[in-house]
Amino acid sequence: MGSMLRMNRLLSSIVESCNCIIDPQLPADDLLMKYQYISDFFIALAYFSIPVELIYFVKKSAVFPYRWVLVQFGAFIVLCGATHLINLWTFNMHTRNVAIVMTTAKVLTALVSCITALLLVHIIPDLLSVKTRELFLKKKAAQLDREMGIIRTQEETGRHVRMLTHEIRSTLDRHTILKTTLVELGKMLALEECALWMPTRTGLELQLSYTLRHQNPVGLTVPIQLPVINQVFGTNRVVQISPNSPVARLRPAGKYMPGEVVAVRVPLLHLSNFQINDWPELSTKRYALMVLMLPSDSARQWHVHELELVEVVADQVAVALSHAAILEESMRARDLLMEQNVALDLARREAEMAVRARNDFLAVMNHEMRTPMHAIIALSSLLQETDLTPEQRLMVETILKSSNLLATLINDVLDLSRLEDGSLQLDIDTFNLPALFREVLSLIKPIASVKKLFVTLSLSSDLPEYVIGDEKRLMQILLNIVGNAVKFSKEGSVSISAFVAKSDSLRDPRAPEFFAVPSENHFYLRVQVKDTGIGINPQDIPNLFSKFTQSQALATTNAGGTGLGLAICKRFVNLMEGHIWVESEGLGKGSTAIFIAKLGIPGCANESKLPFMAKLTANHMQVTFQGLKVLVMDDNGVSRMVTKGLLTHLGCDVTTVGSRDECLRVITQEHKVVFMDVSMAGIDCYEVAVVIHERFGKRHGRPLIVALTGNTDRVTKENCMRVGMDGVILKPVSVDKMRSVLSELLEHGVVLESS
Amino acid sequence: MEQLQRKLAEYTTSLYNEKILDEQFIQLQQLQDESNPDFVVEVVSLFFEDSERLLNELAKALNQANVDFKKLDAHVHQMKGSSSSIGAQRVQRGCIAFRNYCDDRNVEGCLKCLQQVKNEYTLVKNKLETLFKLEKQFVDAGGSFPIV
Repeated sequence: MGSMLRMNRLLSSIVESCNCIIDPQLPADDLLMKYQYISDFFIALAYFSIPVELIYFVKKSAVFPYRWVLVQFGAFIVLCGATHLINLWTFNMHTRNVAIVMTTAKVLTALVSCITALLLVHIIPDLLSVKTRELFLKKKAAQLDREMGIIRTQEETGRHVRMLTHEIRSTLDRHTILKTTLVELGKMLALEECALWMPTRTGLELQLSYTLRHQNPVGLTVPIQLPVINQVFGTNRVVQISPNSPVARLRPAGKYMPGEVVAVRVPLLHLSNFQINDWPELSTKRYALMVLMLPSDSARQWHVHELELVEVVADQVAVALSHAAILEESMRARDLLMEQNVALDLARREAEMAVRARNDFLAVMNHEMRTPMHAIIALSSLLQETDLTPEQRLMVETILKSSNLLATLINDVLDLSRLEDGSLQLDIDTFNLPALFREVLSLIKPIASVKKLFVTLSLSSDLPEYVIGDEKRLMQILLNIVGNAVKFSKEGSVSISAFVAKSDSLRDPRAPEFFAVPSENHFYLRVQVKDTGIGINPQDIPNLFSKFTQSQALATTNAGGTGLGLAICKRFVNLMEGHIWVESEGLGKGSTAIFIAKLGIPGCANESKLPFMAKLTANHMQVTFQGLKVLVMDDNGVSRMVTKGLLTHLGCDVTTVGSRDECLRVITQEHKVVFMDVSMAGIDCYEVAVVIHERFGKRHGRPLIVALTGNTDRVTKENCMRVGMDGVILKPVSVDKMRSVLSELLEHGVVLESS
Repeated sequence: MEQLQRKLAEYTTSLYNEKILDEQFIQLQQLQDESNPDFVVEVVSLFFEDSERLLNELAKALNQANVDFKKLDAHVHQMKGSSSSIGAQRVQRGCIAFRNYCDDRNVEGCLKCLQQVKNEYTLVKNKLETLFKLEKQFVDAGGSFPIV
């Protein structure tokens, strides 16, 4: 019983300590009991449902880190509930078992509660910190949101800038660029006004060039030295300026508060500013000014990103403008070039026409001059073969010699181009040197004796008798110089002296670059012609050897002549690897013409030319071409017949063909020479030469190929040489010419001359 | 006989003086020898045949509506070649001028040139025929060449 009472008291105290509301002034025990009974029941119910709810909701949520705590808490609550439930049985008399169960439950509850209380000390701060973290994260999220917003705005702006740049850079027209800039900027930034001030030509003022709102701005100008302008030009950043500054006062002052104004400089770059390695140096001092105004009354402010945008745009505009400027310049240069091209083309065509006219003239005159010359030569040589008295013979011989010379001279004069090109070649041969001088003397003596001039010739004893060189041209040089001496001397004497030049006399003080190197096979002939004539002004000496010049003094004495004489002599002397010059002490004091020419000494290297065989003149040719097999290719029947007759007359065995195919079919190794007319229209005769080369190769028995042509121009000759022809002959061919060509061909395998 | 000789010489000289023939003709005469006694006559006859054919071709070509200048040029080139081979100087000159007009594609000029060439050719033909007749007379009378 006592324990029962004690247990009751314990229970009540526990119930009390369970925070059950107990009113100590309850009416009756039964009622009290009843209320306690109900309360306990409800408490138990509540106690049991809380964990259920907890478990249910936790199961629902994905994350709950404190499962173990939950279990504990659950246990605690369940046991509390159990205690209260078991309490229901203790209101009445109850068995000992119930008391034991009650006690166990209570003990367990006490245990768990204590443990839970202990654990809560650890858990609650954690739970609280979760809350703080949550708050922190929320703040962070809000901040990120804000930043995202900013980035998005910036990206939008970036897009706008790209669009604007694209617009600006898609045109190369200055006005469009600037106009587009202003319009787009105005749109993007919602500006009230946007203006561009450009420097004037003098550079002392800024002129309002473009605005956004006004289509045609009035020509407002402000001096460039304003402090506000200097401030803006001094930095490449956007500068905020006062709306009252002269550059910002673009419209009459309104009643409202003007919006904020910024200005930025736009560098005007030139081509020269673009260094190869660096970005454009802003060494230019030329800037334009861009002014941007926010709408008045909007209380808007310039944001940093907007300012950055403006800077970027200003740079882009600068670049676009410079491109436009470069383009303008290059177009101007191109137009200039086109004009120059047209002018040059015209000049070239005129020059070509002139050259062609000259060539035509030369070609015709060539023919015109040669024809009578050949007639004279031919007829004189025929005349020689008739019966003549000795005097007549002498006369005819002189005529022949003179006309030979004249023919050579004509050839040379008319082939000016050949001389200029340097394609003229000397006719090297062995000849008798003293005889040459004697001939010159005999030619000049008649004229000299008429003028009562005394002519002397002195040949040094160490001059070889036979030499190798160009006889005709050497005679020409001599005749020219001696002729000049005689021509320009009214009285007195002309002395000709020739000797072998020693090394000290090889130097002309006026031509230090002339080096003469005598060798075993060659020597240098030095000829001096001294006269007592009118002399030459020292100033005129340098011009003596230029074409067509005649000094004043000479002209007055009616000298005559083409004026080419000395020029030609000089060229010939140069070809002979020599040097020619004239010395004179002055007018009236006579003059001396000196030249040095390189001549070969026979008998050393050239065994084939024996001295006694002299020049192989056609009249003394003994070689016949009996039975020589030749092939003639010509599409012109008459020409073919003539050439055949020519060759038959010389004793050859001639086969004729009229076409390229026939030629290639008929030709064999037995044919020693092939004469080809290369002026056959439309047929590539050069091809035939190539085929012949291929067919017969370099073997010794290859037929020699000679071209017959009516053209002596270089192109034809070059073409012939290119395909490996062995010679070129000018039509029409005389018997003698053909004879000498054939003999040269058979001896040397090649024809050196071509006329 | 001497008279004949003189007449022949004078006639020949006149031909050269009037530039109807040039020294190429002399060359041809040189080629005539015992092995080739009628060389000159043969060549000249061939020339006459050739030229007459060419002149006909030229006239035909120029009569066409669309003148083929290339063909024209080819024919004139041939004629030029033949005339220069026998030394018919005036004919050759005419051919040169003809070629220039061909290059310029000037039909009028070509026609004019053709007429000129024809005239020159007829002239040289007559002269040569006379020459041959004189030569034949000379040979028949017992004379022999060369005499020029």
